Amino acid sequence: MAPPRFLPAGDTALVVEFGDRVDRGLSARVLALAQKLEAAQLAGVVEAVPTFRSLMVHYDPLQTSQRDLQRAIAPLLQGLEAAEIAGRRWRIPACYDASLGLDLADVARRTGLDPAQVVERHSQTSQLVYMMGFLPGLPYLGGLPGEFALARRENPRVKVPKGSVAVAMSMSVVYPQESPGGWHILARTPVPLWDMRKGPPALLAAGDQVTFLPLSLREYELMLAKAAADALVLTPEGHHP
Amino acid sequence: MTAALRVVTPGLMTTLQDLGRPGYQRLGVPVSGALDQVSFRAANLLVGNGQGVGALEIAYQGPTLSVEADSVRIAVAGGRAPIDVLAPNSAGSGRRIAPWESARLLRGEVLSIGALSGSAVAYLAVEGGFAIAPKLGSQSTLTRAAIGGFEGRALKAADVLPLRQAAAAERDEVILPSFDLAPPKRVRIVLGPQDDHFTPAALRTLLASTYSVSRASDRMGMRLEGPPLEHSHKGYDIVSDGIALGSIQVPGNGLPIILLADRQTTGGYCKVATVISADIPSLGRLTPGARIAFAAVGIETAEAAARQLASDIAAMAASISPVRRPFLIDAKRLMAENLVSGVVNARGGGDA
Repeated sequence: MAPPRFLPAGDTALVVEFGDRVDRGLSARVLALAQKLEAAQLAGVVEAVPTFRSLMVHYDPLQTSQRDLQRAIAPLLQGLEAAEIAGRRWRIPACYDASLGLDLADVARRTGLDPAQVVERHSQTSQLVYMMGFLPGLPYLGGLPGEFALARRENPRVKVPKGSVAVAMSMSVVYPQESPGGWHILARTPVPLWDMRKGPPALLAAGDQVTFLPLSLREYELMLAKAAADALVLTPEGHHP
Repeated sequence: MTAALRVVTPGLMTTLQDLGRPGYQRLGVPVSGALDQVSFRAANLLVGNGQGVGALEIAYQGPTLSVEADSVRIAVAGGRAPIDVLAPNSAGSGRRIAPWESARLLRGEVLSIGALSGSAVAYLAVEGGFAIAPKLGSQSTLTRAAIGGFEGRALKAADVLPLRQAAAAERDEVILPSFDLAPPKRVRIVLGPQDDHFTPAALRTLLASTYSVSRASDRMGMRLEGPPLEHSHKGYDIVSDGIALGSIQVPGNGLPIILLADRQTTGGYCKVATVISADIPSLGRLTPGARIAFAAVGIETAEAAARQLASDIAAMAASISPVRRPFLIDAKRLMAENLVSGVVNARGGGDA
């Protein structure tokens, strides 16, 4: 594997880039470095943000320099290939009813599958949380089969409802709150993905694995009422590896 | 009775901000915080606060606030604005106070801050700060996700902002010589991380052109208008990666967007360069139509500039001095009051 590159992002961030693709091997190295960096507690490091293919290390230029940071990070790059990323396994309930999965019929048409097949393939595939971004608590999930390699919608929606599960480019996102968005909406989950009263407030974290549990509309509504009463608690089904 | 400021009119976009909310970007939480952290720190210094205490960020047009506390010490720093204090029930003619200077207001007085000039933003700090619980370690408002600040949003009429301090401390008012808020001739940038997604001609265009600040700019990003930058064969789409403060992303239309306080944590457009941290506060001050040109510097220069700005801020903190009112030189008043009373005072002082 090619050695990672250091790239400057001004005087407050350093990028450690492992590649330019969405790839589980690359992601494992990014997440392994994030864990090692956190354990190393380097002076001047503010936080590190893992993405699909790189780690952005935010730093305070009054406490360290990019040169010192590169020197300190270089030894941490050894042995990342062998690292196993610990994550949690989740089964997230979601309703694929056409009243909530607004683009299910459209995705079926685009993929050449029938709606039931779309639901089955989307819900049963174990997807990896590559990174969190765009909105607080929003996960980017990867690993869907090739049929889901769809471009984003030509006309992004101004308002995507909270809890919407949407796909594009063989990936899924779940919108933790109402937001503009251009992905194809397949389902909606009643589970809150972001709760400021909790620590950490995000349900998911990079490195977690997710499958979806299809709900009937009635089950969805019952769970949504429980969520509204703060009585819906989702726990991970286990850990991987 | 709790001490508070009541919002009479909110101004154009008034939000509570501090130095931001770092530490949660890996969960997708933007950092936020004051756009112009130099003026923000100055406002806090003037009222005797630590430099990072939450203060109101005023954009373009200030709010009108009534004092519901025995007294409160305030200061406004940043863009200059007419700042009027109206007496309770509009009795009397009121008084005008100066920016970059602390002032004590009394219960029932109404503070009215007008249109800003010289900067897009100004900061209103109150002694002791606002009694508003921080969210994820910060009082900064992120309106897009309704996090922090006052109910996660910009101020509205009739909002009541609780104060930590019931009354202003007994002390003299202080003044700061106004910090040089003039924009740099050229905003300094460090090229990368995706400058290889642009043609050599595009990089020359970026460094040789003058852009203007678009009206479509906000706390998230400053959109620029001017010559578009041509992407190389690698195109403008990248597999999403991290975004830094000052990242200059260039989408398909070739027009740069400088990402500011409320920037998203990650993004899928390539980033040609990053504005150095020392030049970020000056960007926060720019108004639509302002001209902006860039100069590329190395990372060591950028880091040295960050240290220089920190030392300039320390020098500013050390330059706070008590307000000395100049003697009035109005001849009539001189005759009527100062001349006579001045003699008396001089004598009285000598006898004491």
